[in-house]
Amino acid sequence: MLSILYFASVRERLGRSAEELALPAGVTDVASLIRHLGQRGGDWENLARIRNLRCAVNQQMVSLDSPIADGDELAFFPPVTGG
Amino acid sequence: MPVRIQEADFDVGNELADLCRADPRIGALASFVGLVRDVSDGDGVSEMSLEHYPGMTEKALAEIVDEALQRWSLIDALVIHRVGRLLPGERIVLVAAAAAHRAEAFAACEFIMDYLKTRAPFWKRELTATGGRWVEAREEDDRAAERWRQPAG
Repeated sequence: MLSILYFASVRERLGRSAEELALPAGVTDVASLIRHLGQRGGDWENLARIRNLRCAVNQQMVSLDSPIADGDELAFFPPVTGG
Repeated sequence: MPVRIQEADFDVGNELADLCRADPRIGALASFVGLVRDVSDGDGVSEMSLEHYPGMTEKALAEIVDEALQRWSLIDALVIHRVGRLLPGERIVLVAAAAAHRAEAFAACEFIMDYLKTRAPFWKRELTATGGRWVEAREEDDRAAERWRQPAG
């Protein structure tokens, strides 16, 4: 299973803050997961087009070509604005 | 614990006093306090809410503090960041860096703040007369963090 979290404007656009997802066949990196989620249609199709979309795998910020594996915790969010 | 995420306000004086009292080698203490402003991009702001990624936020801040401790031979450092609903004038963040001498303390405090701005998973949403909106990341924050990059090795 993958645990996927959505934060801030990404969470609002998708209308979801978290989900569990069985690792889909053929999904090996963040980019292929985004393509897989896009097949849901609607707002999910726009996930790949969100400007400056950021991703973390197991709570480390990574680039979209980073590998993912069963059991990983993923998160999608916009650029951070704390401080 | 040098990193705290909390909804409650903090007392700057008490926090800094506690930090210094812990180690008499400290001869310099630099601190930064970030506050909620009542204006953003020309619009009045009546309220701000701060969201974060529990777990990752603490890790990201601890990594930033660890890097600062190593790069400037700091004696100690502290980051307190609030989350939840905040009003104009309220404190958002306290960063403090303690060293033997001022140069290290000043530099490390600025470094921690610059990296926090670009690496710690917090998101601000502000309420204006026309409704709520997410605060956009600023390129100047990226440039500020970029200054601290060291060549690999």
